[in-house]
Amino acid sequence: MSSLVAQPQRIVVIGNGMVGYKFCEKLVAKAQPSAFQIIVFGEEPRPAYDRVHLSAYFSGTTAEELTMAPVEWYAQNNINLHLGELVTSVNAATRTITTHKGESISYDKLILATGSSAFVPPINGVEKEGVFVYRTIEDLDAMLEYAPKAKTAAVIGGGLLGLEAAKAAVDMGLTTHVIEFASRLMPRQLDEAGSEMLKRKLESLGISIHLNKSTTAILGGPGVEKMLFADGSELDVDMIIVSAGIKPRDELAIKAGLAVGPRGGIMVNDALQTSDANIYAIGESALHGGMIYGLVAPGYDMADTVVTNLLGGEKTFKGFDMSTKLKLIGVDVASFGDAFASPATSRSIVFEDKAKGIYKRINISEDGKHLVGGILVGDAGNYNMLLQTVQNKIILPQDPEDLILGSRGGASESAGAGVMSLPDEALICSCENVSKGDICSSVKDGTCTDVAGIKKCTKAGTGCGGCIPMVNDLLNATLKQMGKEVKKVLCEHFDYSRQELLDLVKVNNIRSFDELLHSHGRGDGCEICKPAVASIMASTWNELILKQATIQDTNDRYLANIQKGGTYSVVPRIAGGEITPEKLIVIGQVAAKYGLYTKITGGQRIDMFGARVDQLPDIWEELINAGFESGHAYGKSLRTVKSCVGSTWCRYGLHDSVGFAIQVEERYRGLRSPHKLKGGVSGCVRECAEAQSKDFGIIATEKGWNLYICGNGGAKPQHAQLFATDLDSETCIKYLDRFLMFYIKTAEPLNRTATWLNKMEGGMEYLRQVIVEDSLGICADLDREMQFMVDTYACEWKEVVNNPELRQRFQHFINTPEPDPSIRFKPERGQKVPVV
Amino acid sequence: MIQTPPSADRLADVSFWFKAAEVSAFPENGGACVKYQDQQIAVYHFAKRNEWYASQNLCPHKQQMILSRGLIGDQCGEPKVACPFHKKTFSLLTGENLNGECYHIETYPVKIEDGYVYIGLRD
Repeated sequence: MSSLVAQPQRIVVIGNGMVGYKFCEKLVAKAQPSAFQIIVFGEEPRPAYDRVHLSAYFSGTTAEELTMAPVEWYAQNNINLHLGELVTSVNAATRTITTHKGESISYDKLILATGSSAFVPPINGVEKEGVFVYRTIEDLDAMLEYAPKAKTAAVIGGGLLGLEAAKAAVDMGLTTHVIEFASRLMPRQLDEAGSEMLKRKLESLGISIHLNKSTTAILGGPGVEKMLFADGSELDVDMIIVSAGIKPRDELAIKAGLAVGPRGGIMVNDALQTSDANIYAIGESALHGGMIYGLVAPGYDMADTVVTNLLGGEKTFKGFDMSTKLKLIGVDVASFGDAFASPATSRSIVFEDKAKGIYKRINISEDGKHLVGGILVGDAGNYNMLLQTVQNKIILPQDPEDLILGSRGGASESAGAGVMSLPDEALICSCENVSKGDICSSVKDGTCTDVAGIKKCTKAGTGCGGCIPMVNDLLNATLKQMGKEVKKVLCEHFDYSRQELLDLVKVNNIRSFDELLHSHGRGDGCEICKPAVASIMASTWNELILKQATIQDTNDRYLANIQKGGTYSVVPRIAGGEITPEKLIVIGQVAAKYGLYTKITGGQRIDMFGARVDQLPDIWEELINAGFESGHAYGKSLRTVKSCVGSTWCRYGLHDSVGFAIQVEERYRGLRSPHKLKGGVSGCVRECAEAQSKDFGIIATEKGWNLYICGNGGAKPQHAQLFATDLDSETCIKYLDRFLMFYIKTAEPLNRTATWLNKMEGGMEYLRQVIVEDSLGICADLDREMQFMVDTYACEWKEVVNNPELRQRFQHFINTPEPDPSIRFKPERGQKVPVV
Repeated sequence: MIQTPPSADRLADVSFWFKAAEVSAFPENGGACVKYQDQQIAVYHFAKRNEWYASQNLCPHKQQMILSRGLIGDQCGEPKVACPFHKKTFSLLTGENLNGECYHIETYPVKIEDGYVYIGLRD
């Protein structure tokens, strides 16, 4: 008797891009491990990576961070991955493929996920040095290598990919031009007015946009020097990035005799089979219904269709919505549904704000009942909701213009309520095909309790990530429906907000993390609650933070900023930026003695980099002996109060900005807060201290000081707002005391003052009532609490330097006094920097 | 007394126990680094549970010798360490990255005898 053990089906996948990878991921997730034997060929040297976010590579994201799954993942899932190996032929009759290494492999089913290459128009001179395409990490590396020789770059192509490439050119520090053949930018997504708004926005960012321009020749020696256009104009450039579209990689299919479209692309039916039923094509190489899809979401859907069919299921690919939302160089751009609906069958509502650079258009069906599509430029905040309204044929409200005008204030809440009105089948994550029902039931059955959990178990939000705000809204709304209070709990260890914990600490006189965990928490704590509680303790009791060293975030634990190479940087306080020559000399001597790299910081101080952890106490001992004290550059605390030279030296200066800055900086030094704090004092409206970009800014007037608060120069810059005018120094400090203390007591962890104010109901006016008019009757408490913090200040480093037991903790190894042998430096511009 | 409950197979892997340092040298509820030949090993003491764990000191994400300086804690009861550089968290039971990314770390069994911390290593 012959045994009837089923042989595994052998699946060969050609192409290891995002879609090829997604096919493997879906197949191993759904199939019995023994049912299939999977062999993958990728011609690039690395496994699949996130090409959608390729431009992030120029702003510091590494190739590794872009990777979809490491080589080990393939091994763990028994997938035989061949990297850097090119498949040279397919023999459909014998069902074998051959690679450039001469290897020949048979298959039961073949998946062509060969993707596309950049379409390079036949322009004279396009082969010159300095012309690049924008497609792979190798392309980007080549550009990065060339860019230092260039000053000006031109991108040929003003479509989605071209503008991504333009961002890359801007990130490389190049003067950037975009050359588009059509009369508008992103011609497949935007109408004339939308393109015009985007053009203005991009131009305001320094990018030159040339429309209706056809490039006829590229001139230069070996390298690019000049472009010639059909209209007779010219442009001097050093580098060109061609991003004029994609060309499906169908050469293998053609050689194998498979049917291809007249303009390229491997023809597939609704099951994504090619003209040979055992060969499938998915992603950008596939031509379905006359369309080549240049987006990742349809590719993922194709991968899912083939996997379902291989497993005996029935699914067909029925085309795909080309809706898309992206942030181009900081500008929101979205188009959804039928973006260019014809006036014959629909009417459009348009909202335009040229000053703010916002353009919104929605197209409504003739009967006024449904939304059919639209375009958003400058503000795509309600894209998800609008897309849902189209996809689920939701009946429009009586005043459909509210859909684009209604987002003024309170937007997130109304969106949250809106999300729950969607039907369960509503597709929330179109990359991964996850419906509202999938997400809500994962919350309802208790599987997921947070966004991270939902991402892990449903995969929603793991593609382009655009649906994350909706996933968050669904989570919160579902929890609310379940009767669970949605409150800002700190983490899984405490069911309290930061503010509640601060009250508990104070009222119950709790002095340690362990005590608080024991009385009001559970588990062991974590990297979220420990530093938050450490900050609460410091803001309440002002005891030496090293009494509880192991709950401090790494910088606070070693009272220094951890930097590359595991070394630390040392920043003594230089209040107001004022320093004597003697002290300058000491900093130089200490830096030279310990071989530290020195740099003036952005906050008027001197940073010494490259100290080993075991050197920190010795370095600080020398600094303290010379009269320095801790600068708290490592803490969520007051950093600096920047100042100009004010009336002391400046011919415009009205008051002594240096003296006042020093007074303020010394008053709040060491003050622990929810996030770092920065201040500035300017001696006149010329604002040389840039005080309005700080958490608090003080600007001299003829009559006193104007006080600005809640500004932020961080990732989302926000100007400080005028809080009070013409104050005397004493009142200014009184208001500052109350403002800072109120912020410390009520802000969420790691919220800066700007964010805190943005979330505050009543905003600045409410804050003024609390601080100036004492509307809550808490000013006496705030005053007293701040005075306590001022009175109990002590330099942390001084305490460590004088305490042998504490000094002992600054050792890399606890079983030997040896320093960390892995720290290495290399010379750079006369100093040394870490080798990593 | 053995405080850490390592699985039987991991104990079976141990070919010798490295005597690292006295218990009192280690911080409570935190990590510290010990040196064995050219190896850097991070040791974590969960005082509340009376449990000890050890792992490589190298954070696999940015290749820095800093894991021992991270905050320790738990996620749903599973002991973990958060790298001080970018807060990637690793299970101290399995070495797995709890953020769902690929990096994972080597962990080692720990035992306490006569007031000393021992780390189980392979040749």
